[in-house]
Amino acid sequence: MNRQVSHIGVAALVLLAALIVGTTYWQAWANAGLADRQDNEIRLVAQFSIKRGKIYAADGRTLLATNVKKKIGGQTLYFRRYPTGPLFADVVGYSTQSRNRTGLERSYNDFLTGSNANLDTVFRSTLDKLRGATVTGNDLVLTIRPGLQALSRRLLQGKCGAVVAMEPSTGRVLAMATNPTYNPNLIERHFAQATRTTEPCGAPLLNRATAGKYQPGSTFKMVTASAALDTGRFTPSSPFYDPGYCLEYGKQVRNAGNPEAPETFGSVDLSTGFEHSINSVFCNVGKTLGAATVLRYAERYGFYSLPPLETPENERVASGLYDHGVLFSPKHPDTQVDPGRLAFGQERLQVTPLQMAMIAATIANHGITMRPHLIERILSPGGKTVTHSKPERLGRPIKRQTADELTRMMELVVEGGTGTAAQIPGIRVAGKTGTAETGRANINTTWFAAFAPADAPKIAIAVVVENQAGGFGGTIAAPIAKQVMEALLR
Amino acid sequence: MFLIVVGALTAVGFASVYIARQDVISTASLTYAGFFFALYLAAHLVARYTVPFADPYLLPIAGLLTAIGLTEIYRLNPDDAFKQGIWIVAAVALFALALLLLRYDYRRLETYKYLFGLTAIALLLLPILPVLGLTVNGARLWVHVGSLRFQPGELAKIMLIIFLAGYMREKREVLAQGRPKDWGPLLVIWVLAMLVLLETRDLGGGLLYFGIFLAMLYVATGRIAYVAAGAGLFIIGSIGVWRITPHVQERVTIWIHPWTQHKVFCPLSGRMELRQDCQSFQLVKSLYSIAHGEYAGTGLGKGTFTTLDGHPIIPSLNTDFIYSALAQELGLIGAAALLLVYMIFVLRGMRIALLAQDGFSKLLAAGLTFGFALQTFIIVGGILRLIPLTGITLPFVSYGGSSVVANFLLLAGLLLVSNRANREMLR
Repeated sequence: MNRQVSHIGVAALVLLAALIVGTTYWQAWANAGLADRQDNEIRLVAQFSIKRGKIYAADGRTLLATNVKKKIGGQTLYFRRYPTGPLFADVVGYSTQSRNRTGLERSYNDFLTGSNANLDTVFRSTLDKLRGATVTGNDLVLTIRPGLQALSRRLLQGKCGAVVAMEPSTGRVLAMATNPTYNPNLIERHFAQATRTTEPCGAPLLNRATAGKYQPGSTFKMVTASAALDTGRFTPSSPFYDPGYCLEYGKQVRNAGNPEAPETFGSVDLSTGFEHSINSVFCNVGKTLGAATVLRYAERYGFYSLPPLETPENERVASGLYDHGVLFSPKHPDTQVDPGRLAFGQERLQVTPLQMAMIAATIANHGITMRPHLIERILSPGGKTVTHSKPERLGRPIKRQTADELTRMMELVVEGGTGTAAQIPGIRVAGKTGTAETGRANINTTWFAAFAPADAPKIAIAVVVENQAGGFGGTIAAPIAKQVMEALLR
Repeated sequence: MFLIVVGALTAVGFASVYIARQDVISTASLTYAGFFFALYLAAHLVARYTVPFADPYLLPIAGLLTAIGLTEIYRLNPDDAFKQGIWIVAAVALFALALLLLRYDYRRLETYKYLFGLTAIALLLLPILPVLGLTVNGARLWVHVGSLRFQPGELAKIMLIIFLAGYMREKREVLAQGRPKDWGPLLVIWVLAMLVLLETRDLGGGLLYFGIFLAMLYVATGRIAYVAAGAGLFIIGSIGVWRITPHVQERVTIWIHPWTQHKVFCPLSGRMELRQDCQSFQLVKSLYSIAHGEYAGTGLGKGTFTTLDGHPIIPSLNTDFIYSALAQELGLIGAAALLLVYMIFVLRGMRIALLAQDGFSKLLAAGLTFGFALQTFIIVGGILRLIPLTGITLPFVSYGGSSVVANFLLLAGLLLVSNRANREMLR
């Protein structure tokens, strides 16, 4: 009988060994896959037992996200609290149980929960776990200046639109405000209230600065002018004759399409055409260059790819031509795209404020695009810097000379052209207005893209204000840009 | 000397736990530790007196497992831990009683084998009786007298093993020849047991008893053909049962496809839902719990078992699903260690069966040990999705009075066999 006993003994041990294998599979092999599942309540709740890292504005003092400790059923849980309320909502986002996460709370969840792969962090959180201490996440310090952000939001009050301001030489985002927005503190329990808005445009959860798609109007002339100068086909003094319209496919496209310019200018040069935003001039530039060349320069500025930023991908959209709501990349641009309308920013162009700010910043930075970023530093709970973001060069869309010529042309816009409302006494400002018709009578999307001081730029900015009845870029958006730039420079 | 081993093991099992949980639970926990230690010491002294030659590892291992279980139950629900404590006292008392009564010769039990067999059937039938029976989670496995609930199936298991050991010892030569006459009583009792289990929907129990039966039959006859035939019959029977019983079909579906991409009909709510939100809810949440433990676990007392508003995420966590709670808090290291403890218990049990001198003792020890291992496999394997999930307790660890009592009686049986075997060897 002993032989049989040994056999069933082995069988019993094999069964138990299979259990060890099974446990290993779930805990060491399949665990990551399970952790990502939407219905994994345990994982979701467990993250609330982590003391998430705090989020600070650029001054390192203004607290944007912190924790409230609550004891529930013997467990200590940490809930998010946003002391500045709606002010930074679009950038910081929220972290809740019922609505999950958005903004930096989502894309930097690994750092905020201390589960990133940084060796120091791994060591510390493992130690915390073993000691039974609360796991504490890393703190984030943003590049956004709280004063500038508050001013930007105040200037947008009662309007729908966005302000994006950057430091041209580094790509630091100095302000990123949008209106309407929401109070992240209300998301968990009062979602309906949080998403209600009195503004007529609605959609308060949309980050208009990075995911709002607008017709660029004449601000796109910065791209067309870049192509014109950079290809060497034109110079700022290239002569044009403006009859008040431009012939396209045998039809007249009237300057009246641009409400910022008078009907007819006669003999002008490219620089004057830019200064007064003359559509017929740019229409002819577009026809000469061809749509493919203009679009190639747009791509070099970052069109057709998601604008680089630390926020989640679904909170950013690419700029470019859109056909029925879908990004449209023409295979044969010279036949599929109207080069004249494209050149002055109509056709089917849709752009984000962030993209326009990047163009202004590139021109300001002598033709070099710096990667825009929101996070300045990541700190360990002890205050030690884990990572410090270094300015990163994204590319050089235009030559230095092109950038300098464009700067001069943009200065003229503010000195005596369509953008005089952006003048700051004692400081040279370079800018470009834009007014795009929405299709509804007399309702315009107004733009202003600018940087200052023109000789040593410290700030580049893009302002968009939607649905302005009878308003122009030069009258609605330019004064907002002026005040934000002035606040930083003074 | 083993008293020290025992003390150290129990102290390790407890101390670490209570230190981790100190911020939440006050000195009550230390009272538990002290109480448990005293109880354990008493059990040990009784064992020293009654079965001095018995295997020295089994009682400490059982003590350790009980301590782990009690600790986890305490962490999940202190009220349940108190009730479990009372059941452990009762179980240790019965354990002591069994050792005292049978310390000279447990083989007397063999004489009453038919009585045990029939009592086992009667016990299994009890829950079907209208007044006493009680249905919990779809299975009619409980009897209740007043507020006291008991699962007689657990005791029936021990009795059936005694019956099988007695009957097979007596008839093992003729069984091997395969005359129908000798198979009669065995099959009658066996078929009865299986029918009762089916009727009470105790699938885990059915699988367990059938496995024990085959294992003991193999030990008695040495004929692998019987095991193959039995397994074949079991598979045919299972397919038959699967085809006619919706309850069983559901279990299998949950096992194969716990997650669905599309909504399927949910019989619980009557609506279309994802299966992981409906029938396989418990299994899937339990897998999340295990996976969350990763290598090192969250630490005892630091696991997540409730939602933010305090509702439990996994139903019956401290009974059938205690393994997924332990696996989350102890991690792979702890869970593997726990399973290794079970393996040591099985090794010692099988060693007793090998050393035993007579057929009855061998069959009894082998049957009890194999039953212990198989029960562990059925519940943990079900939780780990190795086999379809059926509700059954994890020996010594799960919350449940009948389970604790039955497992301490099982331990008493092994110690008695071991005592006799070792005494005769020394002689």
